[in-house]
Amino acid sequence: MSELLKRFKGITEDPGLSFTQKARYLSLEAENSLPYPELDEETAKALEERVICDMYEGHVPFKPRYVMPDYSVVLEKGSAFLELEPATTLDEAINSLMIAYHHVPSVTNMPVFIGRLDNLLLPYCDEVSDEDLYKKLKLFWRYLDRVLPDAFMHANVGPTDNRVARTIMRIDAELKQIAPNLTFIWDPDVSSDAIFSQACESIIECSKPHIANNPLHQPLFDDYGYGVASCYNVLPLCGGASTLTRINLREVARRSKDTADFFENVLPKYIDLNFRLTEARIDHLFNKSGFFESFLVKEDWISRDRFTAMYGIFAMAQCVDELQAKEGRAGKYGHDETANQLGHRISKVLYEVVEMRPMENCWRGKAMLHSQAGLSDDDGCTPGVRIPYGSEPDPVTHVQALAEHHAFYPSGVSEILTLDETIENNPAALEQLVKGAFQLGFREFSANVSNNDLVRITGYMVRLSDIAKFKECGGSRINTTVLGAEAAETGKILERAPRVMSHELAPRYSQ
Amino acid sequence: MNLPLATVSKVLKFSCVDGPGNRLVLFLQGCNFACPTCHNPHTMKLCNDCGDCVPECPTGSLTIVQGKVVHDASICDQCDKCLDVCPINANPKVTQYSVDDVLALLYQNKPFLNGITISGGEATTQLKFIIALFTAIKTDEKLKDLTCFIDSNGYLPEAAWKTVLPVTDGVMLDIKAFNNTLHHLLTTRSNQRVLATAKLLFEAGKLHELRYLLIPGRTDSDEEIEDLANFVRALDTDTPLRLNAFQHHGVKGEALTWPTMKEPDVERIAAELRSAGLTNVVVPAVYI
Repeated sequence: MSELLKRFKGITEDPGLSFTQKARYLSLEAENSLPYPELDEETAKALEERVICDMYEGHVPFKPRYVMPDYSVVLEKGSAFLELEPATTLDEAINSLMIAYHHVPSVTNMPVFIGRLDNLLLPYCDEVSDEDLYKKLKLFWRYLDRVLPDAFMHANVGPTDNRVARTIMRIDAELKQIAPNLTFIWDPDVSSDAIFSQACESIIECSKPHIANNPLHQPLFDDYGYGVASCYNVLPLCGGASTLTRINLREVARRSKDTADFFENVLPKYIDLNFRLTEARIDHLFNKSGFFESFLVKEDWISRDRFTAMYGIFAMAQCVDELQAKEGRAGKYGHDETANQLGHRISKVLYEVVEMRPMENCWRGKAMLHSQAGLSDDDGCTPGVRIPYGSEPDPVTHVQALAEHHAFYPSGVSEILTLDETIENNPAALEQLVKGAFQLGFREFSANVSNNDLVRITGYMVRLSDIAKFKECGGSRINTTVLGAEAAETGKILERAPRVMSHELAPRYSQ
Repeated sequence: MNLPLATVSKVLKFSCVDGPGNRLVLFLQGCNFACPTCHNPHTMKLCNDCGDCVPECPTGSLTIVQGKVVHDASICDQCDKCLDVCPINANPKVTQYSVDDVLALLYQNKPFLNGITISGGEATTQLKFIIALFTAIKTDEKLKDLTCFIDSNGYLPEAAWKTVLPVTDGVMLDIKAFNNTLHHLLTTRSNQRVLATAKLLFEAGKLHELRYLLIPGRTDSDEEIEDLANFVRALDTDTPLRLNAFQHHGVKGEALTWPTMKEPDVERIAAELRSAGLTNVVVPAVYI
């Protein structure tokens, strides 16, 4: 039996995987047995050495990484392909969404974005009592967690204060499910203090929602707007992101003689190589895969010209510490002003290059820089621009150290603050922390409260009790528990006082 | 004008347990009580420059210059060996802060803050500084919406409280015990002034919270809890009362042999206090 067949066989017989998880890993293995889109030698070498990385999205891009449908289309017009009439009641609207989600692909084959739900459902709520709304949304929430059990699936509510947003946050805090993940979009000119307080109290209850800073995001997008998908990915609605590639900044620093060499030679080289990797993948998706012949495009759920490319970076902390050492300086990233400023300078350079480079088949003709949350096996590298686990300073110093980065990452910054459980008796402290962070330029705010069973690992949610059970008896209903267990063991994630991370991939079968 | 300086043991930019919202907290060095249960015993006394800590410092951060112990924070790795060996419960790592120094800290962290809390040690042993600082905050256009709180053991006399209360928004007050003999054993001082302080603060509308440390076999007796309930009822049944549970974290000396307070017993006492009519009893979020 060939190695490949042995691997297939191993998956089918793995007692730790459910049959759907087996099917998924088999399909990933099959895809990855096909040849990769053609890369030049230098790019292929950088990918092989993992200085640049394709997030293990698969060898044959036949679907975009993140699809951000405008679900209002299927609600208002119905779908000829799915034989759905326009929705006229809340029940019909929820039912249409439940059907729609099964036809929206992504890198995980599960929908990573399930809509700005209050905008979508409010038009159908006029005749619905508060009690009925609660009951219907609660069943909907249970369905999402049980049928689409992936923590990267992401719902959005806000910025307005409305019945649907309030009821969803209430249900989410009550059920404490891993899925769906949730972002509350906050805008001080639109959101009420009451709904902002509710969001903060919900964070204390279950580490959800994330809070997104609308005044920073909205101006970057057009009237069609944006959505927050998966974890911390801020993308054009009615489109999404074709791919997410990333540079391991630690590896770039290791290949540099000193800071000058890093900025003048080595970083520009790998920035270019990562662009080439991105272009090869986008070319396959747009010109070979046939994806854009889909009914999703024909029926205007998505538009071919609204897909961006996410240009990711990670291991900023290790990169800066490496360069500091090469310059004979002891100050560490996150704690030392010189080290922090070096980090900000790197982010600025990356931003400027990504903004300048024309890209084909990309929304507005360019990629969007992204501070990427990490995979479950990142070998000691810290996600994005985060401060390494376990060494974070107090939350205020933490925010102050990182705030300057946020302006440079239009498609999102993965950051998680760990708060100890004494915050439970004082939600006003959390509210002030969020407001302070946003005033300093944070685009998103995510927190873990240290005694919550539900925690963020790299941005996706897992239950600590599920990880314990997974280790004891093998097997979890929820895809991200597998990732979380891997991340917890290799990434020292659970060493974090309270931990957080965000992420999205179960990219490979790793036995 | 001779502006006061504060001797500061520690500054926190984030605290959600020292008053409403997030607070910048200054822990002042020096206390007029000597509680065996103190979880920050190194904040009790001011350094007398005996120098015992200097040879113990593994990083060489401590030296003696002209008879004074000097600390170089830039090479200190916060191992706290100096605190362990200090014979008098002092701290060689204190910093002197002027009012302007603290105002600068407040400007820098303003977006994150609901207010400032002066704790200790015993904050009110450096009363002139507190008055000068709070007055400066209240008259600063950019800072005056910050609330100014004091965390105190209540030993400050009534006349002195009246000099600081006009610029103080609230006080968190510890009552260690109601039986005066017991209070003396637990603090080395009488509780008369403490109880008077509680009434004074309540009448001034500045009693933000009463705190009571439960120590098994000492302050958790039926008599003490009954006195506590009666005392709070005589103020207002809705007075915020925070029950703290004695733990060994940070404690030095004899009290390490005392048993720690367990969650079920705290919950039982909280229930008793609630059934005695108290409506605002808070229990610890965490036991460490």
